[in-house]
Amino acid sequence: MSKKLKKRLIRIIIALGIFVPVVILDLSLKHFSNGNFPRGIASFIPSETFGWLLPFAIYLGIYIYIGYDVIKKAILNIIHGQLLDENFLMFIATVGAFALGIYTSLATSEIEGFEEGCAVILFYQVGEWFQSYAVGKSRKSIASLMDIRPDFANLKINDKYEIVDPSEVKINDIILIKPGEKIPLDGEIIAGSTTVDTKALTGESIPQELLKGDKVISGTINLTSSIEVKVEKPFYDSTVSKILDLVENASSQKSKSEAFITKFSKYYTPIVVICALIVAIFPPLINGILGDWNTWHTWIYSALSFLVVSCPCALVISVPLTFFSGIGGASKNGILVKGSIHLERFDKANIFIFDKTGTLTKGNFVVKEIYPENNKENILYYASIAESLSNHPIAKSIKKAYGKEIINNYSIVDEPGYGIVATGEHQILCGNEKLMNRYNIQYQNSDGIGTIVHVAIDNKYLGYIVIGDEVKEDSKETISYLNNHGYETIMLTGDNELIASHVAKQLGIKQYRYSLLPQNKVEEVEKIIQNKNKNDVVCFVGDGINDAPVLMRSDVGVSMGGVGSDAAIEASDIVLMHDNLSSLVTAKKLAKKTKTIVVENIIFAIAIKLLIMIASIIVIGILQIDFPMMWFSVFGDVGVAVIAILNAMRANINKSKYK
Amino acid sequence: MKKSYKIEVDCAVCAGKVEAALAKLEGVNSVSINFISQKMIIDMDDSITVKDLLKTARKIEPDFEIEE
Repeated sequence: MSKKLKKRLIRIIIALGIFVPVVILDLSLKHFSNGNFPRGIASFIPSETFGWLLPFAIYLGIYIYIGYDVIKKAILNIIHGQLLDENFLMFIATVGAFALGIYTSLATSEIEGFEEGCAVILFYQVGEWFQSYAVGKSRKSIASLMDIRPDFANLKINDKYEIVDPSEVKINDIILIKPGEKIPLDGEIIAGSTTVDTKALTGESIPQELLKGDKVISGTINLTSSIEVKVEKPFYDSTVSKILDLVENASSQKSKSEAFITKFSKYYTPIVVICALIVAIFPPLINGILGDWNTWHTWIYSALSFLVVSCPCALVISVPLTFFSGIGGASKNGILVKGSIHLERFDKANIFIFDKTGTLTKGNFVVKEIYPENNKENILYYASIAESLSNHPIAKSIKKAYGKEIINNYSIVDEPGYGIVATGEHQILCGNEKLMNRYNIQYQNSDGIGTIVHVAIDNKYLGYIVIGDEVKEDSKETISYLNNHGYETIMLTGDNELIASHVAKQLGIKQYRYSLLPQNKVEEVEKIIQNKNKNDVVCFVGDGINDAPVLMRSDVGVSMGGVGSDAAIEASDIVLMHDNLSSLVTAKKLAKKTKTIVVENIIFAIAIKLLIMIASIIVIGILQIDFPMMWFSVFGDVGVAVIAILNAMRANINKSKYK
Repeated sequence: MKKSYKIEVDCAVCAGKVEAALAKLEGVNSVSINFISQKMIIDMDDSITVKDLLKTARKIEPDFEIEE
């Protein structure tokens, strides 16, 4: 609790401590006086004319004590020409209540109304306090989620360690990270091994084991033992800075709901104030013309209740808070959302375009089949020689399958689009069917799914290797979730039709486009965007490699496995820090929940306010019932705001619920 | 230049009003006030000082604070 808040609380407690006994005394005196002298504490001044001055003075005293800041702001705002300020309206409402109290005291023998003016400002302050407290608390709890900023680094200078600000550390400096400390900068472990907690970044609860030579990511927490790290990126360029930058500047773009609230609040207050004026003037005037000039005070009282609910605070606070809390909840699940506008749009997303490799599939190629089976070793051996210099994923997978060191003195020629020709002890041909055709080699056609690499030696065909990609475990689940909710699912891939149709079938994806070069992918997405209906929202999901233009072009760009990939973080609207697709479902559920709460709060707040205004016209004005309507109005103002704030916090729910 | 300030503002409606008022200031290109995170991101000419901003803001909300 901040100092300011504490001070306000003490003031409220003191004011309540005086107000409550006074009211009890006042009401019980009125009750026990049996109607002869029904004037409560006013009876302490034994005068018919001046008796009311005592309760007036006591209640006014409490009023000024508890409400002086409201009064001060109200006056300042009148000077600045801000007539529709909430403080000013609250001031008018309560002063009006006091004025009505003086009127009834003088006109009738009833002395009442002062306690109400006092109570309204008192409960307004109580509500405001709760509001500040709740917002402060939620602000803190959400901010702590995002608290990944490292405070210091232990920089190694001549075998000694010095504590410095992370921003002072340069590339190739060596830093020491002790157990329990946050890793301040991205780098590589050069001494020691440890486990790190990546939860703050990825939401992954299982600690990661890291050995010498592994990369560490800033913002994660070193758990078990000290490590020395060679820094690879300056602080401003490190993962933690990028993420913080993203999170902190996230909300500069406002969502549609927020824009609506801004607009709504602009009109709401003036309209309510005008209604209040109408209620205060016209019905009693009409009554007067009809013969009864004595309804002024009831209708004015009814109008004062309007002024109390004229502040749209509940909405103005709760809507952005809901988004903020939803974004916080997402980050707890390893999902970074760049702003409320993206969360809102993602909720509406109904066309999902997936990149295949790295997104739906693992993107790690493995040798799946070798034909003929009995010549396996030979085929792999010669293919490995041919591919020995290449770092292409396909070459890597062949070398991995062979698994032994390759020593050779072959001269290797890469023929792009065909394959590789290696000459030495033998002539090895390793590549696609075009290469085989060029050398007039009869080859075996394959119906294997994946990339086919044919191998021939000294113009004699040996066989082929099928290299395929593995589908991620949770891809199918995610796709079927999306399909079941009636969303469109489309897969884009650079692979051929056979692979595309196979993967699409395996996962249940409805449509696929194949043989696309990176630039074709942008064209495809453009086409989909052009053909969509007005309300459709296109979401592209990619691994962030080579697909920045597509991520930017789509309505919502989602990239996966964001840690360490700057381009992806920058280009996308939502970053899934996990490398699995099920986060997408979590994000979708969260977006929906957030939007539902926003709508709930908007409807709830507006409905209660309207209800109070209508009730105040009917009960007070028309039925002329003596009812403390203003007490309810205070609830309609601050009470509703507090409830809406509490509701907003539900968007920041636990991970377990979505697992 | 685009700058980010930590601010203190108690009421959400005022935050919106201050935002609108600052946006109208000469030399301010864009401004975004986030009541929840108590942050202000403002894109303005270098000729404008924090004092100028405070002066405008305090006409609407006397308790408005900008931390430098």
